[in-house]
Amino acid sequence: MTGAAELRASKSQPRPGRIPAWLSALLPLVALALLLSVFTLGDPLAMFKANLPPIEDLTFERIRVIPDGFEVTLVNGGPDPVTVAQVLVDDAYWAFQMSPSPTIPRLGRAMVHIPYPWVEAEPHAIRVITTTGVTFDGEVELATLTPELGLGQFAAYGLLGVYVGIIPVALGMLWFPTMRRLGRRWLGGILALTLGLLFFLLIDMLLEAFEVSQALPAFLQGVSLTLFAALFTWLVLLAIRNRGGQARSQDPLQRGVRLATLIALGIGLHNLGEGLAIGAAFALGEAALGSFLVIGFTLHNITEGIGIAAPLLPTLRVQEEAAVASGAPATGGPTRDSEPSGAPRAATFIGLTLLAGGPAILGAWIGGFAFSPLLANLFLGIGVGAIWQVIVEVGDLLRAYARGRGEGVVNWINLGGFVLGVLIMYFTAFLVSF
Amino acid sequence: MPSDNHKMLDRRGFLKAGLLTGGLAAAGAGAAQAAEARRSMLQPPYNQGAGHAHGGAGTVGTVDHQRNGFNPHDLLRDWDFGSTSTLPGGQTLREYRIVAVDKEIEIAPGVHFPAWVYNGRVPGPTLRCVEGDRIRIEFFNGGSHPHTMHFHGIHAASMDGVPGVGAGMIEPGGSTVYEFDAFPFGCHLYHCHSNPLKRHIHKGLYGAFIIDPDPTKYAGAERQAALSRNHLSAENRSVNEMVMVMNAFDTNFDGDNEVYAVNSIAFGYMDPPIRIQRDQSQRLYLVNITEFDPINSLHLHANFFDYYDHGTTLLPTLRTVDTIMQCQAQRGILEFNFRGFEAGLYMFHAHQSEFAELGWMGFFEVAA
Repeated sequence: MTGAAELRASKSQPRPGRIPAWLSALLPLVALALLLSVFTLGDPLAMFKANLPPIEDLTFERIRVIPDGFEVTLVNGGPDPVTVAQVLVDDAYWAFQMSPSPTIPRLGRAMVHIPYPWVEAEPHAIRVITTTGVTFDGEVELATLTPELGLGQFAAYGLLGVYVGIIPVALGMLWFPTMRRLGRRWLGGILALTLGLLFFLLIDMLLEAFEVSQALPAFLQGVSLTLFAALFTWLVLLAIRNRGGQARSQDPLQRGVRLATLIALGIGLHNLGEGLAIGAAFALGEAALGSFLVIGFTLHNITEGIGIAAPLLPTLRVQEEAAVASGAPATGGPTRDSEPSGAPRAATFIGLTLLAGGPAILGAWIGGFAFSPLLANLFLGIGVGAIWQVIVEVGDLLRAYARGRGEGVVNWINLGGFVLGVLIMYFTAFLVSF
Repeated sequence: MPSDNHKMLDRRGFLKAGLLTGGLAAAGAGAAQAAEARRSMLQPPYNQGAGHAHGGAGTVGTVDHQRNGFNPHDLLRDWDFGSTSTLPGGQTLREYRIVAVDKEIEIAPGVHFPAWVYNGRVPGPTLRCVEGDRIRIEFFNGGSHPHTMHFHGIHAASMDGVPGVGAGMIEPGGSTVYEFDAFPFGCHLYHCHSNPLKRHIHKGLYGAFIIDPDPTKYAGAERQAALSRNHLSAENRSVNEMVMVMNAFDTNFDGDNEVYAVNSIAFGYMDPPIRIQRDQSQRLYLVNITEFDPINSLHLHANFFDYYDHGTTLLPTLRTVDTIMQCQAQRGILEFNFRGFEAGLYMFHAHQSEFAELGWMGFFEVAA
């Protein structure tokens, strides 16, 4: 017996007198329990605390504007229970009721009802002061009734999602026939433009997520939440892609549709985030600002339709195929100049449009009726992961296309397309971000 | 005065705000849930305080005056005349003992402030004497920081109670004696002058220091006024005298006050109000020691008063006004009455509405 084999053998046969496995597994837990009881019963860290007041950390999770005042949801993210002593609205002490209790346990929530004669379309500042005199602030940027769930409101917010999600994506896709007629040398440029658009969205979503994460109580660790949601999403998409890897030789049209679907999914998640923002903004009021905002988002999102449709271009598929073929000459793949396997069906376009634009509707509903910074943070993180995977795949496609034409990936046409994609997004964002 | 950085409501920010506060927007995790929450709030677990009587404005709950050790209504007329004796030359000697300690006080219902106090209260005892008296103050520092007592009045440099002069700052556990003759008559104040000064003042180390005029020194109308002001004369007894120290508390130590008051307790004279007799003359010794804000003020509703700036004159310095303002450490005497008025509640407050709504507001309940 070698030493290693001996070791294995001794492990598999417990010698008499040795601690049974279950007990040895329990041992660390018992030790941990002991340590915890020392900390809870005794106070080994007493010398660090001295007479310091407790650290208090309240977060304004939501402020609802209701007919007779405000309804505030507070979250205690601090290490100790916090008791709200008084409430101020616009620098004036004001009557309030709290449920379930003015004392909010760690990681607990409480609702504060403040009867207040708020003024339509004007800002109001809400401040709570705790028993230790610490203050926490929330702001109503523009007071207007928080929408209540009703059929009319529901339809209106849904329509908002249609305006900023479905319509622009559909409009963008209407360029598909034009794109099809473009000379081959320009197709790389279109793919690069799509990449530019995707990079812009990636950065936009990441920044948005970081901003939202600031509104979360510290214990939720918003930034980590975003980044890990992105990482997991990306890995899941990667796993899905690798599973599909065996079916690589499938119909190129289907491959195009698959990539277009992936792009649409990523963009859909981005539009969900946009829908959230718009829904929340509309719930804040300002109809005049609203229509401008909607037009802005419509223009801003038109490019997305182009990006989704790009992988469906037949010429592109041929090129990709050629590249694949040249990369693996043993298979001796076909190099056809005619359309490979039929044009994508209208239903495909409609499906892609719904996938990319539809989430904006969902986002508008959530933003309008049940906004939660936590959900927004997660959605944005998932979106970032999805967009990253889309960037990787479109990048692969562009590389294959360039190889097929015997060019480098970064040529003047591709670079021009990429920069143009970013610039279009950047400048149309002027319409929605000043 | 909480700073108002009135943000420009730019559109980007507006959109972000939607995302961030999420606020307004949200209708709760579900309509049913929200409705349930609302129902549960209709049966408040929380006892409603005075606030609701005044259109929702005001604090909720009550202050535990017993735990504080002082009630703002008692502070109004709680004069400390010291222990008096007569010096060989015939001069009256008034001896006071003042102890500075650290003490947490409740300044609005449920809101606690880690104060530094003279004789267990904020404002400190209202020291009262007569022009020309010899004042001797034994000061003990039982607090955690060096403190002093600096009097607004006439005295020797060594008795000024400032760092580096005379006894200078009195270390914790230490003591000193401040001694001087009371001049000039008027409505004055004292406060700690240790460094850092702002902190030592806003933590609560201040009080009123009232020197009554000596009637023997004046003639005519001035003599009558001096008799009315001097607490030893019979004429003084017919006047209802009150002292109010306008102060404020920065509970979160950000250089802005969260609570404003007279005599420390937010809305302390709203419920219950100060009961006064319609036919009685009223004299109000008013001192401003508010930190962080340049001025404070008092406005009396439905009535006018005569005002003696610093209280150092026997004839009014301002006649028939209903609002006066004071910078920090400025003080004066208000004289008014409600003769012929309808009985009822007459409001008084700082006419910085913000201070008023943050606690500096009260009522006189005029009884027939």
